[in-house]
Amino acid sequence: MHALDPLTLARIQFGFTVSFHILFPAITIGLASYLAVLEGLWLWRGNTVFKDLYHFWSKLFAVNFAMGVVSGLVMSYEFGTNWSYFSSYAGGVTGPLLTYEVLTAFFLEAGFLGVMLFGWDKVGRGLHFFSTVMVAIGTLISATWILASNSWMQTPQGYRIADGRIVPADWLQIIFNPSFPYRLAHMGIAAFLATALFVGAVAAWHLLRGRDDARIRTMMSMAMWMVLVVAPIQILVGDLHGRNTLEYQPAKVAAIEGHWENPPGESVPLILFGIPDMKSETTRYAIEIPHVGSVILTHSWSGTIPGLKDFKPEDRPNATVIFWTFRVMVGLGMLMLLLGVVALVLRWAGRLYSNRLFLRACLVMGPSGLVALLAGWLTTEIGRQPWVVYGVMRTADAVSAHSAMTLSLSLLIFVVLYCTVFGTGIGYLLKLAAHGPDEHTVTPVGDELDKRPARPLSAATESLN
Amino acid sequence: MGIDLPLIWVVIIAFGLMMYVIMDGFDLGIGILSPFVHDREDRDLMVNTVAPVWDGNETWLVLGGAALYGAFPLAYSLLLSALYLPLILMLAGLICRGVAFEFRFKADAAHRPFWDKMFAVSSYGATFFQGVSLGAFIDGFHVSGPSYLGGAFDWLSPFSVFTGLGLIVAYALLGATWLTMKTAGDLQARMIACARWVTLALLAVIAIVSLWTPLSHPAIAARWFSLPNLYYFAPVPVLILAVGALMLRLLRGTPNAGPFLLTLVLLFLGYSGLAISLWPNIIPPGVSFRAAASPPESMGFALVGTLFIIPVILTYTAWAYHVFRGKVTSNEGYH
Repeated sequence: MHALDPLTLARIQFGFTVSFHILFPAITIGLASYLAVLEGLWLWRGNTVFKDLYHFWSKLFAVNFAMGVVSGLVMSYEFGTNWSYFSSYAGGVTGPLLTYEVLTAFFLEAGFLGVMLFGWDKVGRGLHFFSTVMVAIGTLISATWILASNSWMQTPQGYRIADGRIVPADWLQIIFNPSFPYRLAHMGIAAFLATALFVGAVAAWHLLRGRDDARIRTMMSMAMWMVLVVAPIQILVGDLHGRNTLEYQPAKVAAIEGHWENPPGESVPLILFGIPDMKSETTRYAIEIPHVGSVILTHSWSGTIPGLKDFKPEDRPNATVIFWTFRVMVGLGMLMLLLGVVALVLRWAGRLYSNRLFLRACLVMGPSGLVALLAGWLTTEIGRQPWVVYGVMRTADAVSAHSAMTLSLSLLIFVVLYCTVFGTGIGYLLKLAAHGPDEHTVTPVGDELDKRPARPLSAATESLN
Repeated sequence: MGIDLPLIWVVIIAFGLMMYVIMDGFDLGIGILSPFVHDREDRDLMVNTVAPVWDGNETWLVLGGAALYGAFPLAYSLLLSALYLPLILMLAGLICRGVAFEFRFKADAAHRPFWDKMFAVSSYGATFFQGVSLGAFIDGFHVSGPSYLGGAFDWLSPFSVFTGLGLIVAYALLGATWLTMKTAGDLQARMIACARWVTLALLAVIAIVSLWTPLSHPAIAARWFSLPNLYYFAPVPVLILAVGALMLRLLRGTPNAGPFLLTLVLLFLGYSGLAISLWPNIIPPGVSFRAAASPPESMGFALVGTLFIIPVILTYTAWAYHVFRGKVTSNEGYH
């Protein structure tokens, strides 16, 4: 353990605020696309079940979106307050990318979100559907900008260093850096998967409580198809992403795998479980399977990868942590795949909506998508250490010169604030979920609605207490 | 490049900040006035006048932060480090206010007083720390290259505490005159009476800041009182007094939008006075906006999207205000 020096405190604070933040955009991205699909199906088939589901999930979408904006407000200032040397040194590249992310989010809010949430009976069907689709695309574009920035920090290119700072040389190279396509695909799919599992858990909760109607069944069915299709794709994309990481950040992969030395010419085992010890430079209690490491990482029977000892001690990421965060992510991914397959079997057997053991499993797996997503981010970010911009700037040189006291105080403020605010928000979200979709939702029409204050959160009308 | 990118960007950011002060100012002002209005229906009415627009008002703050990072990363990193604690407290205030705002609509009668209190306290907090940041900004910062060399509490001075309190007065006036425009009857009459006192208080605040600033900041004094600057600068206090007098005259009758517009003029004059005093510094006392600028490759890239999106946001904002124009009467907007 470190003593809590300013660097550690700043990293804890960033980890805390960004972890809270990412949960909301992830569900927002997934739900926006889900809503677009629901509205498309309603227009195509005319089945009111889809319309009812649309109204139900748009409320949850609105609350989620609002919490994403609030937690994002803090993020847009934190680079300057806590990482001022990073901002002044690398801001020439990361600044404009963040500017675009914010602009995209507001463009979306200004242009289409209001129509989507409050224009159901005020604009034509085509225009309303177009707005929903634009919101879905907008959330993905917003994510694209921020992932471009993060990927560039992981695999920087397209820049030069002049006057003691990073100067962009080629924006196309910066945006389309080597890890960007993999990270974008992996994160986008993670958002879809996390949302599908959440939708499935809400459906399972209602089924377990004996509420079994067409709307709940449709939710369950759609969620399980999504999990079945997307989980294997995610595993495949994850594998490609890992091989890209091996090429550009070999130290990260060595730490994830808990490998210390791999003599050339020998095959690499897969260490299933163990405790990598940074001090003694060994992985203790390791349970190994020979050759499998080679097969997964090099797609050959006896390929090899660098070990941690190939890197200077001060250039190694913390294997003790990311060995385990990675395994949490992969383990949950396998469980998701299993859930999708079991759902398929039960579907054939006609027991999808009645097998209580399966429904309980769906409920337990509800947060698993978000947990896996956080575990993945922890792996890639802690695995980038000790660099903030890989190979270009060290995290220790990026942090603002605040005292440990100042940073502790601000961390305390954030912890209290976030737990209160987002605790209330998440509680409200679950309350909406527990209420479930209404039958044949009617929306207020006429002058009454035209004068009604309309903000994202107004889309949800249930009381809080 | 024939385009003066840093100048364009400094204008965009100054404009964004001005938009923020005007727009979030009146809805923070409503929070500031809310403890003095005891009737629950009146309080609901006050909040309802800004309900449709408040979160759109706050976007300017996020936009300002992101634009500052995109165009002047050095200023972004130095200012945010120097103003670390007041900015975090301000953000905390804004977050709490947003939450209180939304949940007071959704709470039952038993919980509503809690959210009301949170709404008021967080409005005061957010405004005060904004004003403190402003005062600290005028005081200037101890920086060298990319490093902030001051302490964690350098922002705290008698002057910055006074500007913090001063901003509460300014936003209270924005709130009172906004409500004068948006309400009718008894509540409007009370707001007009309140605006009279607050106008006098604000004129006093402006006078004190105008004396205190040159007395404690020799560089600004030299700029003000040297010729020909004095001639350019003299209209500002004259205009402020004229606007103040006109405001007090209007407030004797039953005005509508007049006082609110005059308050905007007052704020704009104060803002321009600040700009004249500090130009071209983006980090007082010694770093100009050109020295803090991003490389042209960064500024140009970020400008394309910004010029595309700002008109959209402005159009949308204008439309939102147009839709919700006119007086707000009770019993609407409950949800």
